[in-house]
Amino acid sequence: MTAVEKRQPISDCSDWTFELIEAYDREIGRIAADFGLDTYPNQIEVIRSDQMLDAYASVGMPLNYNHWSFGKHFVEAERGYSKGYMALAYEIVINSNPCIAYLMEENTMTMQALVIAHACYGHNSFFKGNYLFRTWTDAGSIIDYLAFAKQYIAQCEERYGADAVEQVLDSCHALMNYGVDRYKRPYPISAEEERRRQRERAEYIQRNLNDLWRTIPQTRAETEVDEEVFPKEPQENLLYFVEKNAPLLESWQREMVRIVRKVAQYFYPQRQTQVMNEGWATFWHYTLLNRLYDEGLVTDGFMMEFLASHTAVLSQPSFDAPYYSGINPYALGFAMFSDIRRMCEAPTDEDREWFPDVAGRDWREVVQHAMRDFKDESFILQFLSPKVMRDLRLFAVIDDDEDSEYEVTAIHDSMGYRRLREQLASQYNLGDREPNIQVVRADIRGDRSLTLRHNQHNRRPLGDSADEVMRHLHRLWGFPVRLESVSNDEVTQTRTCP
Amino acid sequence: MSYIVDRRANSRNKSAVNRQRFLKRYRGHIQRAVQDAIKERSITDMERGEAVTIPAADVSEPVFAHGGGGRRGIVHPGNREFVAGDRIARPPGGAGGAGGQASNSGEGEDDFVFQLTQEEFLDVLFEDLELPNLVKRHLIGSDSYKRVHAGYTSDGVPAKLSVLRSLRVAKARRIALTGGARKRIEELEDDLVLAEGGSDEVTSMRIKKELRGLKERVARVPFLDKYDLRYNLHVKQPQPTSKAVMFCIMDVSGSMDQQIKDMAKRFFLLLYLFLKRNYDRTELVFIRHHTVAKEVDEQEFFYSRETGGTVVSSALKLMAEIMAARYSPNEWNIYGAQASDGDNWNDDSPVCSEVLKKSILPAVQYFSYVEITKRDPQALWLEYEKLAGADPDRFAQRRIAEVSDIYPVFRQLFARKVAAT
Repeated sequence: MTAVEKRQPISDCSDWTFELIEAYDREIGRIAADFGLDTYPNQIEVIRSDQMLDAYASVGMPLNYNHWSFGKHFVEAERGYSKGYMALAYEIVINSNPCIAYLMEENTMTMQALVIAHACYGHNSFFKGNYLFRTWTDAGSIIDYLAFAKQYIAQCEERYGADAVEQVLDSCHALMNYGVDRYKRPYPISAEEERRRQRERAEYIQRNLNDLWRTIPQTRAETEVDEEVFPKEPQENLLYFVEKNAPLLESWQREMVRIVRKVAQYFYPQRQTQVMNEGWATFWHYTLLNRLYDEGLVTDGFMMEFLASHTAVLSQPSFDAPYYSGINPYALGFAMFSDIRRMCEAPTDEDREWFPDVAGRDWREVVQHAMRDFKDESFILQFLSPKVMRDLRLFAVIDDDEDSEYEVTAIHDSMGYRRLREQLASQYNLGDREPNIQVVRADIRGDRSLTLRHNQHNRRPLGDSADEVMRHLHRLWGFPVRLESVSNDEVTQTRTCP
Repeated sequence: MSYIVDRRANSRNKSAVNRQRFLKRYRGHIQRAVQDAIKERSITDMERGEAVTIPAADVSEPVFAHGGGGRRGIVHPGNREFVAGDRIARPPGGAGGAGGQASNSGEGEDDFVFQLTQEEFLDVLFEDLELPNLVKRHLIGSDSYKRVHAGYTSDGVPAKLSVLRSLRVAKARRIALTGGARKRIEELEDDLVLAEGGSDEVTSMRIKKELRGLKERVARVPFLDKYDLRYNLHVKQPQPTSKAVMFCIMDVSGSMDQQIKDMAKRFFLLLYLFLKRNYDRTELVFIRHHTVAKEVDEQEFFYSRETGGTVVSSALKLMAEIMAARYSPNEWNIYGAQASDGDNWNDDSPVCSEVLKKSILPAVQYFSYVEITKRDPQALWLEYEKLAGADPDRFAQRRIAEVSDIYPVFRQLFARKVAAT
């Protein structure tokens, strides 16, 4: 409280100017560097609210190809916004280098500073540091790639008609979540990349050779020997498989499959790091702005306004509240990062028992390590502490369709911590969240049909839209497609198209 | 390191293309919504958008997702009284319950609702309609000009200076004026080297002197002269405007009650909106009649009360007079729309037909007659039927019995004609 008399705030009114944004950014950037945050350069763009709606519609990207579904998102957001159902997010930030963040002109200076701290230093350092983003995305080239994709698809529309292009995109979007490599690591580029391309070329020649061979009469015995399963191993990346093997696609269609696949892969890390990413950004805007206050650079009014929206973002309705819609990733992530800091600075006996590696260490190192080397699933498994489980009053329920009642399997007590933590972690495992579907067989010698296998996890069936997705897959593949749902080595349901 | 960019001035409507794609895809739904809308709302507020509702199932984008059933564990926050091993009755509504999937299915049940803009609404309203005999009569009018670029000129105001052109001309002039001198300088410099190499003092002195003179000459040529300046030239180009006039003719005799007038009004408004979209300028002439015809303003046309008998030909004659006086067919696209309940003095109907045939139809693009009645066709209808047979391109008549008939009848009148018919 002694700091109050020497308070020299950067500004004391709620209107922003470009000079003020610059001044706040400078101070926040300085403090972030003090804390050891490593970021891409920032590109802060001031936009109007209707431009924010545009950004919403194209999944946050500053440019994207044209498709009706983006129009759908746009009219949806527009209506929600104009009717006041939905407040616009304060910020959209793009994993690019430089890191692009949008500020809305309607916001007050406090909100602008909050967004700068949250997006330009929080998310930005996460994009640069987290291992998933480092391995899977290339922040430097995404904007260029999207520019290429937009142009390419526009050219295809001119040449082949907008309807034909739309059909391919519709089908690709239906399979978009299955256009990523989940288990395989990307190749490091350079020499390795070169070799891979060469292999591809060789493969291409090989395929053509096979076609030639086929016209030469073969004895029956030889064909049977040849009868091998293709692909040799199940393929999880459906779009990749389609792009490389669909018999009837034109080369421009293959290229479009590839574009959708690349975009899906780019967003894949974001889908796996929701809790961490938002938690990290929230933790840092809280830490950075509090430091600003401690240094006397912002007023009490600023802090009041900031804390009001900070707590609004973190609100976590309990399971029986009417507007409950699952666990708020901001709340969970913030609670976890804050708790790591607490465990480092003021460890209790419980912390020493549960987290001997964390308790009492330099908190900056520990949170950096947590941010860098984990994704939601492993982060929760590793760092969710009993205290956070108690604070959020978490409990686990089993919903089994063979049981007439729900069963509470674990609550926030010493018996339940581990089980609760495992359950919550698996909830953030994309492999659990999305049905596990793989290509198991393409009948290249016979009717060219494609067979997929859905390995049911805990007997969970596919949703109704699966039939529709099969039609899309059929459109891309061009020959009959079949989807077998398998539970405990038993086929429970088969879907075919046509 | 941060860059701060002001993007507020960037173009609006970045999503316009995607929005159009979306509308195109759901045209069927939107057309249905628009047709329902005009049945329900008064045609006076046609000029606004409309909320369109599409069943959620039709706009959903399919993905592989878990369905209900099987066994799944969920973690929820906010426990108060549960302990491990508690059993909770399944809430009604089945497996959805609360949790991750719930928000999806919760939203999924709602219809997808969005707002059409006025422009889009009218687009759909008049989709597939066309104005018959759409000869755009052009008028090189005095009211609209466009400035177009017309090359460069050597004088003008400083604001229109073309820097690029001016510098290009200046460079050309410099090259032209100094070319000979610079060539000579090059030669002399070579000579100078030779002369100095040969220690020929006299020659080198002479060469140096000449060089000095030449260089002075080159330096005297100005970098930019006022002769070099070029200015952008813009000329005014008259823009052809297409103009249309619409004659609204309505019977206001005693037999026309307010309900029939309202229906007529809707018809006229539809036609007016439609014309306005096709022509740059659209004027309206309102003629109402009982036994005598009178040109009136809109308010009086629709809302003043009159009584008396009906002589339709008076209105047609007035229309012919006004056309002759103010709307030359060379300049104007003329449309006529007549609404009536069909009553007329019996011996007047042939006169109407005569006036129409002689003085109106040759000059107009299209003349439509709507008879608003639930009764059998009246004398005027029968008389006009002959006309319609003689000149189907320019004349059409339809009957309206209910308010809901108006739009279909309108569509019939202006439906895009297929070449084969």
